[in-house]
Amino acid sequence: MKRLEFLWETFLQLLSGVPVTVSLVTVSVLLGGVLALALTGIRRTSRPGEWAVSAYVFALRGSPLLVQIFLIYYGLGQFEWIRTSFLWPFLREPWWCAITALALNTAAYQAEVLRGGLNAVPKGAIEAARVCGMGRLMTFRRIVLPIAVRQALPAYTSEVVIMVKATSLASIITLFEITGIAHSIVSETFRAFEVLSIAGLIYLVMNFALTRAFRRLEIRLIPQSKATAFERPVSKA
Amino acid sequence: MDGLLAYFTQVGFGPTGWGLPLLRAASMTVAVSLSAFGVGIVFGIFGCWAKLSRSVVAQGVATVYTTVLRGIPDLLVIYLLYFGGSQAIGMIARLLGHQGFFGLNGFVVGMMAVGIISGAYQTEVLRGAYLAIPKGELEAARVAGMGRLLMLRRIVAPQTLRFALPGMGNVWQLILKESALISVVGLIEIMNQTRLAVGRTGAAFSFYITGAILFLVITTMSGAVFRRAEAWAMRGMGGRVKS
Repeated sequence: MKRLEFLWETFLQLLSGVPVTVSLVTVSVLLGGVLALALTGIRRTSRPGEWAVSAYVFALRGSPLLVQIFLIYYGLGQFEWIRTSFLWPFLREPWWCAITALALNTAAYQAEVLRGGLNAVPKGAIEAARVCGMGRLMTFRRIVLPIAVRQALPAYTSEVVIMVKATSLASIITLFEITGIAHSIVSETFRAFEVLSIAGLIYLVMNFALTRAFRRLEIRLIPQSKATAFERPVSKA
Repeated sequence: MDGLLAYFTQVGFGPTGWGLPLLRAASMTVAVSLSAFGVGIVFGIFGCWAKLSRSVVAQGVATVYTTVLRGIPDLLVIYLLYFGGSQAIGMIARLLGHQGFFGLNGFVVGMMAVGIISGAYQTEVLRGAYLAIPKGELEAARVAGMGRLLMLRRIVAPQTLRFALPGMGNVWQLILKESALISVVGLIEIMNQTRLAVGRTGAAFSFYITGAILFLVITTMSGAVFRRAEAWAMRGMGGRVKS
């Protein structure tokens, strides 16, 4: 009976971390999406632009997310001019640091996803649009973007799931999301198996709901094709 | 310019430089990643075998394994193995009449945790590779009178490995990055060594950027190795390997 009570109490405590995790994911994925669009735009302007974006993507995808978080949270304080700048009130906060790191990181991955989607747009479709008299912007909005988004959706789904998992790293810079709360309960009670299993279960449910929702969206956007399960071995650690 | 000079003195190999500890930490990262890769392959082989077997139970177990480990954060798995492992050992020790908290070896915990996680990805890679073997080859082997074991050794294993190499390269990159998380259980790899250096010198940006560069160097170099391996494995296949 006492054990059950402990489990229930732990569950409730961990549940209080869900809003933090969800807001971390939502804000960083949306910010990262805007950034990824910008990166894709820069990539298409010029050769140097393409190189710069490729370098960004290479650096962000080739190093662990944990290093990136530490660089922003601890690293930026090394510079006097940052500590005196107007950004410092934000960059001092673990929440904003986590958001910044996660957004910059997912932007690199999302830029790659977008690139894959854009590459899949048939040349003929674009030509046809131009022949019909659509301008560049209208072609992009009406033809290129819808095709690219459909193409990129499965990869996008797994990117969001990976981001849900990645937010657990925010606990290392003292944010109390699900993993952070779990860790503090474990260090108080030493009942690692129970606490961490419940935390894992919460993540599983969240990711399950997320993939289901995206699948729904996929089926709605691409009625002719059966939605495929994601099997990309990626993570950011 | 002065700043740059100070930076290179700090991460260099001089008497006040952290070059040697950082290099040692980098080799620890590679060592623990390699061990985890090995563990992951073992888990992957069992997972793949279970998923392809006719037994519903084995299939179910393997599906649960891959779903759970790809659905929960890696950090949670490391904590579970570290604290859970200590909890289990503590329980056994109490039965034997010992008291206190038992810490586990960071290398072993990290190797097992990252190995088990990557095994879930490896399972899918190996399964995909096995299914890519043309059915005719297996039939031909059977017709030629090969037994199951001989067929595994001569046809299935080499062909699976060939098709699995690109996916295995991805898993290796993932393991390398994941190895940074092992720093939370106290292993002195790149992340932890840079953290120690930051604690001593206060130069947080300098050392964390150095850590990031070390990771980039390792991922780039091993990427080149995997490309070479792919080219070698695909030799004589009429340029089916890209990139």
